[in-house]
Amino acid sequence: MSPRISKVTAPLAGTFYRAPSPEEPPFVEVGQEIHTGDVLCIIESMKVFTELRAERGGIVTNILVEDEDPVMRNQEMIEIELT
Amino acid sequence: MFRKILIANRGEIAVRIIRACREMGIHTVSVFSEADRESLHVKYADEAIHIGKPLSKKSYLNQGKIIRAAIETGSEAIHPGYGFLSENETFARACEDNGLVFIGPSPECIAIAGNKATARKTLTNLGVVIIPGSEGIVSYEKDAVELAGQVGYPVIIKASGGGGGRGMRIIYDPSEIAEGLRVASGEARAAFGNPDLYLEKYIERPRHIEIQILGDKYGNYVCLGERECSIQKRYQKLIEEAPSSFVDESLRKKMEETAITVARAISYTNAGTMEFLVDAQKKFYFMEVNSRIQVEHPVTEMTTGVDLVRQQILIAAGEKLELEQNQVHRDGWAIECRINAEDPENSFVPSPGVIQNLILPGGPGVRVDTHIYDNYEVPPFYDSLVCKLIVWGKERGIAIRRMQRALSEFQIEGIKVTVPFHIKVFQDKDFIQGNIDTHFLEKFNNVL
Repeated sequence: MSPRISKVTAPLAGTFYRAPSPEEPPFVEVGQEIHTGDVLCIIESMKVFTELRAERGGIVTNILVEDEDPVMRNQEMIEIELT
Repeated sequence: MFRKILIANRGEIAVRIIRACREMGIHTVSVFSEADRESLHVKYADEAIHIGKPLSKKSYLNQGKIIRAAIETGSEAIHPGYGFLSENETFARACEDNGLVFIGPSPECIAIAGNKATARKTLTNLGVVIIPGSEGIVSYEKDAVELAGQVGYPVIIKASGGGGGRGMRIIYDPSEIAEGLRVASGEARAAFGNPDLYLEKYIERPRHIEIQILGDKYGNYVCLGERECSIQKRYQKLIEEAPSSFVDESLRKKMEETAITVARAISYTNAGTMEFLVDAQKKFYFMEVNSRIQVEHPVTEMTTGVDLVRQQILIAAGEKLELEQNQVHRDGWAIECRINAEDPENSFVPSPGVIQNLILPGGPGVRVDTHIYDNYEVPPFYDSLVCKLIVWGKERGIAIRRMQRALSEFQIEGIKVTVPFHIKVFQDKDFIQGNIDTHFLEKFNNVL
């Protein structure tokens, strides 16, 4: 059975942040196990910060955008292999 | 007088400043990020300099690049607008160090005024009534919990370095303090480059009323009356008016006296706003000094006939105030609606995108301050304010009817804006009767 991959997409256009602040470590790294409700990243759109949380548990397999990169609406940002 | 001014801002306020400069015969230099190449402040300026990537800290908050742009273009002064670097002491000092005039108060004054925690100490000593709270910056949960216990819940956590609702949280219970500090500090850092917070007692159901002042470099001050800014969503002002139907002559006089006392105490120069909370018994608490031009300045301009941006430039150039207190005449009523790129039918989520089929209101007594136009793309990187719709009428009732008319003329496609929300407010019986406080919008709960 092949693993199921879930892709976290941007709910709205904005800026992608991997960490809560520049001095703090990223929310998640590739290879990290995550659980339902864990914060994965922050999207800032028009000064509004939205924390995106994991809807399912799994392993982070890929982070497709760099910290502080602009993202379009519905752009794929993080890949998670569901467990 | 200056021959050339650089405007360290974007959007409608950059356009507003360019307009004042042009009327004064001053050349203008705009700076812009990669996301703002097509913005109106770039098109209107005499010169425009690209200063970096879309993210504010790489462009509009990049002090070095802005100062360099000013020097390279031979600008003599920098107007910071509001937000961004407008209340940044380091930037004001960097301007001075590079032989540029910062159009605003001195760096020392910004340090006191802009830092609300420091300002509190100075003012308490002067007998100005302030809201009980922390005497300095609150960093630790333990300290915040202890202080909150002393002043009594609810309390409010606020950003020390800015306003506009960013970096603010109301706390009803000790268990909410840790998360409140974390979220507010993150917002404050992102919005103002300063994560410092302070805490104070939260006054329930107050009105937010502020006094506009001007001060020159020779100790002369004038007050230009109050603005009523109680219509707020999560501490962001959405509708402002001048005067306030709640303020009588006696209250106005007392608030203006306090505003001048505060200004003198900190040797305030240039345009500034003293913000107060006024409770139902008309007791007023001093909140903070906003050491910049404010978003809502047009309602004061419409009722006094004074061009505040022009005054800022004259004062910065070392001129004496053009008018004395007895020459200030307020006439009629002005109301401003902030039109934001947000969807009022979907929790006010941001709505960046390309504007289409734009028709802006006009006609008698209507002023529109905006940077948007057909096919302009509103970027997601900055504030959602896309247009300020301001009306003037001889009386409040006339101004309200005029705003209803102007809102009905507003047409826009491609993005969602808050016009439908404003239409609802201007039909509300309590709003029409002037029966408002800072919680007014909670009755629109279904859409907020």
